[in-house]
Amino acid sequence: MSDPAQPGALRSTGTASRAPLLEVAGLSVLLEVNGTRRPVLRDVSFTVAQGEAVGLVGESGAGKTMAARAVGRLLPAGAHVQGSIRFGGTDVAAITGAGLRRYRTQVAMIFQDPRAHTNPVRRIEDFMTEALRTNHGVRAAQARDRAVDMLAQVGIEDGARRLRQYPHQMSGGMLQRIMIAAALLIKPRLLLADEPTTALDVTTQAEVMAILDALRREYGLAMLFITHDLDLAAAICDRTIVMYAGQIVEVRSSALLHANPLHPYTAALAAARPDITKTVHRLRAIPGHPLSAFEAPPEECAFAPRCAHTRDVCRAAAPGVAELDGGLSRCARAHQLRGQLQAVPNA
Amino acid sequence: MSAVPLADKARAPSRAQALLRATGPAGIASAIVLTVAALAAVFGPLLAPYDPNLPNLSLAWIGPVGGHLLGYDFEGRDVASRLLAGAQTALLGPLAVVVLSVPVGTLLAVTAAWRRGASDAVISSGLNILFAFPAILLALLAAAVFGAGLPAAVLALSAAYTPYVARVLRGAALKERTQAYIAALEVQGASATSVCLRHLIPNIAPLIVAQATILFGYAMVDLAAISFLGLGVQPPTANWGVMISENQAGLLQGYPLPALAAGACIVLVVIAVNVLGERLFEQARVARR
Amino acid sequence: MPDISGAPILEAAGLRKQFGDLVAVDDVSFRIPPGRSLAIVGESGAGKTTIARMIVGLERPTSGTITACGHDRSGPPRSARDRRRRAREVQIVFQDPYTSLDPRQSAHAAIDEVLRLHHGWPAERRRDRIAELTGLVGLDARQSRALPRSLSGGQRQRVAIARALAAEPAVLILDESVAALDVSIQAQVLNLLADIRDQAGVSYLLISHDLAVVRQLTDEALVLHCGTVAERGPTARVLDNPQHPSTQRLRASVPRPGWKPRYVHPSAGR
Repeated sequence: MSDPAQPGALRSTGTASRAPLLEVAGLSVLLEVNGTRRPVLRDVSFTVAQGEAVGLVGESGAGKTMAARAVGRLLPAGAHVQGSIRFGGTDVAAITGAGLRRYRTQVAMIFQDPRAHTNPVRRIEDFMTEALRTNHGVRAAQARDRAVDMLAQVGIEDGARRLRQYPHQMSGGMLQRIMIAAALLIKPRLLLADEPTTALDVTTQAEVMAILDALRREYGLAMLFITHDLDLAAAICDRTIVMYAGQIVEVRSSALLHANPLHPYTAALAAARPDITKTVHRLRAIPGHPLSAFEAPPEECAFAPRCAHTRDVCRAAAPGVAELDGGLSRCARAHQLRGQLQAVPNA
Repeated sequence: MSAVPLADKARAPSRAQALLRATGPAGIASAIVLTVAALAAVFGPLLAPYDPNLPNLSLAWIGPVGGHLLGYDFEGRDVASRLLAGAQTALLGPLAVVVLSVPVGTLLAVTAAWRRGASDAVISSGLNILFAFPAILLALLAAAVFGAGLPAAVLALSAAYTPYVARVLRGAALKERTQAYIAALEVQGASATSVCLRHLIPNIAPLIVAQATILFGYAMVDLAAISFLGLGVQPPTANWGVMISENQAGLLQGYPLPALAAGACIVLVVIAVNVLGERLFEQARVARR
Repeated sequence: MPDISGAPILEAAGLRKQFGDLVAVDDVSFRIPPGRSLAIVGESGAGKTTIARMIVGLERPTSGTITACGHDRSGPPRSARDRRRRAREVQIVFQDPYTSLDPRQSAHAAIDEVLRLHHGWPAERRRDRIAELTGLVGLDARQSRALPRSLSGGQRQRVAIARALAAEPAVLILDESVAALDVSIQAQVLNLLADIRDQAGVSYLLISHDLAVVRQLTDEALVLHCGTVAERGPTARVLDNPQHPSTQRLRASVPRPGWKPRYVHPSAGR
């Protein structure tokens, strides 16, 4: 069992050769809700290497959005942050002022609902070129040209015309492409994508995912991709992190995640999805409901009540992180269950 | 491994504490002022230490002395007693305005929001026309038609305020109308009336109440102005607006207390009602799901 | 539940809906035999929700007919009794669990209101029926009496299902009813819907963009593209062997193990 606070423990999934761009260690976040402090993230540690795409997967209350916001320094006021977030070697968890502005030029965030994050009374060009003009000192005309170029890269041909339009004149899919283009314009080193395709229908989602994947590789950006869909994360991320109740429960290379998951929750999640290729009598549903960090008892495995493989050891103490098969699993029985958790086809 | 504690239960406030904190010192002060005003409105004439209506010109304009905390007014009547007696008309008038304009405005708003289309257009146009008339102008009209007095003034103000209520509530009603649960009830075969009365209106009720309190404040000021102009409560009936009018000569002659005291009562109650209305409005806004 | 053996429980013929110049639905026809389920799939804007709203009476078709349990429902209901009879034929569960319940009403009260609307039962009998329905959808006594704000999304959807079933409909329209739920909860609700279908014999009209859910819950599928029927057939055949390019595109866009989205860079010549 390794201490997840040690960065070395987390570089064991085949990316040791690439220097870590983002190192999150022992991150815990508490939010003030009606006067009480509630944990939403518990002791989260992970790394993202330069140019690497990492998926962050979980259900409601898992803490995946909070983790992304903590990295993006977008937590709500009154949030208590413990632990460290190192970007390019510098701790960014507490920096303010000029340091924070510098950080923001290197990390770009793409949100789930583009309409909520664009000003409806400003034109697209204002929105797209603002960061360039304000933080990078680029002249307006030059910024506009770069914007047109980037729009073409995301598949919007008549960029000059689109720049003059307003957000309400665009469909959700097009607006999300514009968000991606805007994020890439400032040439960040890390992209934080928080469920960018959840609000889109499935064909638009495929297009937007393809664009995101292609451009990310072309520009060599690192990416943290948050989603509730395991298969979606596996499609464009090299590694996938699975979260539950505010903790990381599994880290695995995406290629192996479906065939050989290390944690019972990952296997159960994959098995609970209906299969597009066949009908089964009943799905293998996980009993109970997903817990948030503050609902989970701290001295035992948070998933134990819903897990099919629970034993006494699971309730005796909070499980530590086990390293095996090139991945990590926060399961007290990880070694015993090794190789037995394949997503079994629905009976 | 992880030493993060669960919800810090020791710091969780009780409901009473939370309510107190949300109300704040301003809210508490307002509540006190309004309670005193309400008591004065109900028991005023009984509580008045001296006869509020008995004139005695030899005592006119004498300042605070003995049991007369606020002195005498221009006709030698005890100011404090007259304030207490005047609370009744000063507060009942606005209450009547609210009781008339809010239900009518709500009905119009909900009808327009539910039926949309032509009904909405007709109602909105009608309300817009009514909007064009300032309250004081309508009060003049009412006084000319019905004779000066509180009932005419109340009618006029109710007519003036109804479109305001309707406009604000129409927006909220429209938003509520499009919620899925209203559609679910329609699909269940419930009648429009039943859905509006039992679901739509109760769900915008906090907003209605907040609007009513804000209107109360406006009505107080408008009615005081109307009474000051001589179109509302007629002297010698005690009324704060009338008292300002009656005693305005004192302001220039060095006896400001009667007029100012009446004015201060109006201002205090209006502020208190506004603070309360704002708190309720915030609650209505925040407590949406 | 009305029993008309042989005749389709729900039938639409030549449905058309026009909003000004925009034709949202054009010449859509289908029929659902009793005990069978139909899915309507397609991209957003294809017209799926418009069709659902027309069937349930929230919109009127510009032209075409809708028949449920042998009764025509293309025009407005003629009376309050007519309205209530239609409610007992077709019900709907909406997508968003957070707006489909009156925030001031518990599940118990909501179901009670529906029962009082359709039946003149005494309180005792209504109470028993409410207990039956909430038990059927897996809600315990506390959840049944709680206000929606204390319930999770999955629990709220269960309440919405129980309320719809209180009218004992022949057809239940599920308009993206599981789309907003977590994966593990979605599986529970899908199993519940399958149980209800088997026990109560309700036919489902499933509106969904999630093809895996469609596969799990329906027998027949109808693919809509720009308001018209692009393809139809048994669900398994439509998903395994799509014929229409629109269906093929839909099918190819679904993430699954090993799936990779393909993008052709504009500079490479599209």
